[in-house]
Amino acid sequence: MSSIATITIAPGAVERRPADQTAKPDDLLARQRIEPVSTARHRVPRWLRRLSGPVLLVLLWHVASQTGVLPSEVLAGPTTVIGSAAKLVDNGELQDAMLISLSRALAGLAIGGSIGVTLAVVAGLFRLGEDMVDATMQMLRTVPAVALIPLLIIWFGIGEAPKIALIALGTAFPLYLNVYAGIRNVDSTLIEAGRTLDLSRSAMIRHVVLPGALPSALVGLRYSLGIAWLALVFGEQINATAGIGYLMATAREMFQTDVIVVCLVVYALLGLGVDFTVRTLERVFLAWRPAFSGT
Amino acid sequence: MAASLQRNLNVGEAVAPPLTPKRSKAPLPAVRVRGLTRRFGEREVLKSLDVDIAPGEFVALLGASGCGKSTLLRILADLDREIVGEVEVPVRRAVAFQAPRLMPWKKVWRNVVLGLPGRPDRARALAALDEVGIGHRADVWPKVLSGGEAQRTSLARALVREPDLLLLDEPFAALDALTRIKAQDLVAELWQRHGCAILLVTHDVEEAVLLADRVLVMKDGVIAHEERIDLERPRDVADPVFARIRGSLLDSLGVRHGTHGNA
Ligand SMILES: Nc1ncnc2c1ncn2[C@@H]1O[C@H](COP(=O)(O)OP(=O)(O)OP(=O)(O)O)[C@@H](O)[C@H]1O
Ligand SMILES: [Mg+2]
Repeated sequence: MSSIATITIAPGAVERRPADQTAKPDDLLARQRIEPVSTARHRVPRWLRRLSGPVLLVLLWHVASQTGVLPSEVLAGPTTVIGSAAKLVDNGELQDAMLISLSRALAGLAIGGSIGVTLAVVAGLFRLGEDMVDATMQMLRTVPAVALIPLLIIWFGIGEAPKIALIALGTAFPLYLNVYAGIRNVDSTLIEAGRTLDLSRSAMIRHVVLPGALPSALVGLRYSLGIAWLALVFGEQINATAGIGYLMATAREMFQTDVIVVCLVVYALLGLGVDFTVRTLERVFLAWRPAFSGT
Repeated sequence: MAASLQRNLNVGEAVAPPLTPKRSKAPLPAVRVRGLTRRFGEREVLKSLDVDIAPGEFVALLGASGCGKSTLLRILADLDREIVGEVEVPVRRAVAFQAPRLMPWKKVWRNVVLGLPGRPDRARALAALDEVGIGHRADVWPKVLSGGEAQRTSLARALVREPDLLLLDEPFAALDALTRIKAQDLVAELWQRHGCAILLVTHDVEEAVLLADRVLVMKDGVIAHEERIDLERPRDVADPVFARIRGSLLDSLGVRHGTHGNA
C-alpha cells in the first residue's frame, strides 16, 4: 500500500544551494557566547535577593506616609503599624487572636483534607469508588464554598462550627481533585514494571501509585491552604468573638487603620508560614524529582 | 535446571504439537507457545504463533518494526492476557524493557530489591549492583543515573530475582555504540553465570548473532525463519561463518546484505 507523493518545489527553495551557505562571510554569522555560571552572580545570597522587593515596598509606604501623600485615615504608616503591633503583642491580644485563627484553619484543613484525600484514594483506586464518588465531586466542586455561608449559618449557627465547616469545604475539593488526578496519572509503564516485579496490590499502591501521586497531592495541598486562608477570612466575618477577624471587625468600627493593617500582615505572615511548610514538605518528599530550580 | 512451569492460559481447541523437539535431551521447554493469536481490533498481530525456548537457552528475536515482537514479549511477561492459544512460561520471570522503568522515588538499591519478599535487603541489592558494575551508585536517585547506568540497574533488578526466564525488550537500543558493546558483553557473562533462558528482542542482527544460541525472525505474525548458531563463544564478527549467518538473517528480514554494512 504505497502512494506516490507529488513533490512541489517552491521557487525560493531552488536557490538555496549549500554553496550559498558556505560562502557566507564570517562577520554575518550570528554567534552567541555561552557564559559560564559565575560565582560572582551568587555573592548576594538568594534570601537577601528575594527580600529586596518587599523591603523596597515598605520603604515606599513609609516615605508616602511621612510626606503626607498617604493620610493615616486612609492607611496608617509603617511606624504607627509597628507601634500598634507592639502594643497588641504586649497585652497578648494579638497572640490569642492568632492562635484562635490558626487553630480554626488547621481544624478545617484537617477535616476537609481527610475527607478530600480519602475520597480521592477511594475514587482513584477502585472502579466502583470512581463511579460513585467522582461524578458527585465533579458536580459539587462547581459550587463556590463561600456561597454556602448562609446555609452553613442556618445549619451550624454562628459559633465555631460554620467557620470550620467553611474551611473544610473549601479545602476538600482541591485536595480531592489533585490527589485523584495524581493517582490516575501515575505512569502506566511503571505500573507494568511493578507487575513484572510481582508486586501485590497493596505493595503496588504503597510503592508505585501513592508515591507517583505525591507531587500532584502536594500541589493540591498548596491550593487547599490558599483556600483555607480565604475561607478563614470570610468565615471570621461571621459574627466572630475572637480571632484575627474579630480584631479586624473591632478596628473597623473604630477606624483604626493601623490595627487593620496589623491584622492583614498577620494573615499574610500566617500564609507565608504555611507556604514555607509546603515548600519544606516538597523538598523532603520530592527530593527524587528532577525539579526546575531556575537561575 | 528444571524450570517450574505455570499454565497461563489454555484457550481454544487442543493443538497437536507439530514441532519436533530441537534438543532431544531437554525434557520440558522453559517457554512453550502454541497457536498464539493476538488481535488488536480487526488486526491480527500474532497469527497462531508457535515457539519453544529450552531451559537456559539464549534466543534472540528479530523482525521488522511493528511486527509484534514486543507484543509477544508482553504476553510472555503476563502483561497481556487478551490472547487465544496456549502459553506456558516459568513462574520465575524477569523483564528489562527498552526504557529502564525505575521508580524515580526510590534510591537505586531499593529499586533493585523492590518486590522481593521480606524487608528490603541492602546487601543483596549491592551484590546485584556490583555484578553489573555499578555498586557505587546504590545510594543515588534514579534521575541522576546515565542511560547506561539506568539500564544496568534495570538488569540488576531483573537478575536479583534469579529468573528462569529473562525477557529483554531492546534493552540496549537507546545506548551509544560503545556502551552497547559493554552491555552486550555483560549480558553474555551474566547469562553464562546465571544459566537462565533469555529471550532478547533486538533490531541489531549482529547483536543477535553475537549473543544467541538461536535467532528467530518474526514476520506476518509467525516465526518465519530460524537460525541455530553453534559458533564458539566469545564470537568474532570477522569470522566468515558469522558473516554468512548474518547475511542469511538479513536476507530473511528482506534486507539485501550487499547494501548493508557493519551497522
Ligand atoms: N495496545 C495496542 N493497541 C493497538 N495496537 C497495538 C497495541 N500494542 C501494539 N499494537 C500494534 O501491534 C503491532 C505490533 O506492535 P509491537 O509493539 O509488538 O511491535 P514491535 O515488533 O515490538 O515493533 P518495534 O520493533 O518497533 O518495537 C503494531 O502495529 C502496533 O501498532
Ligand atoms: Mg517493540
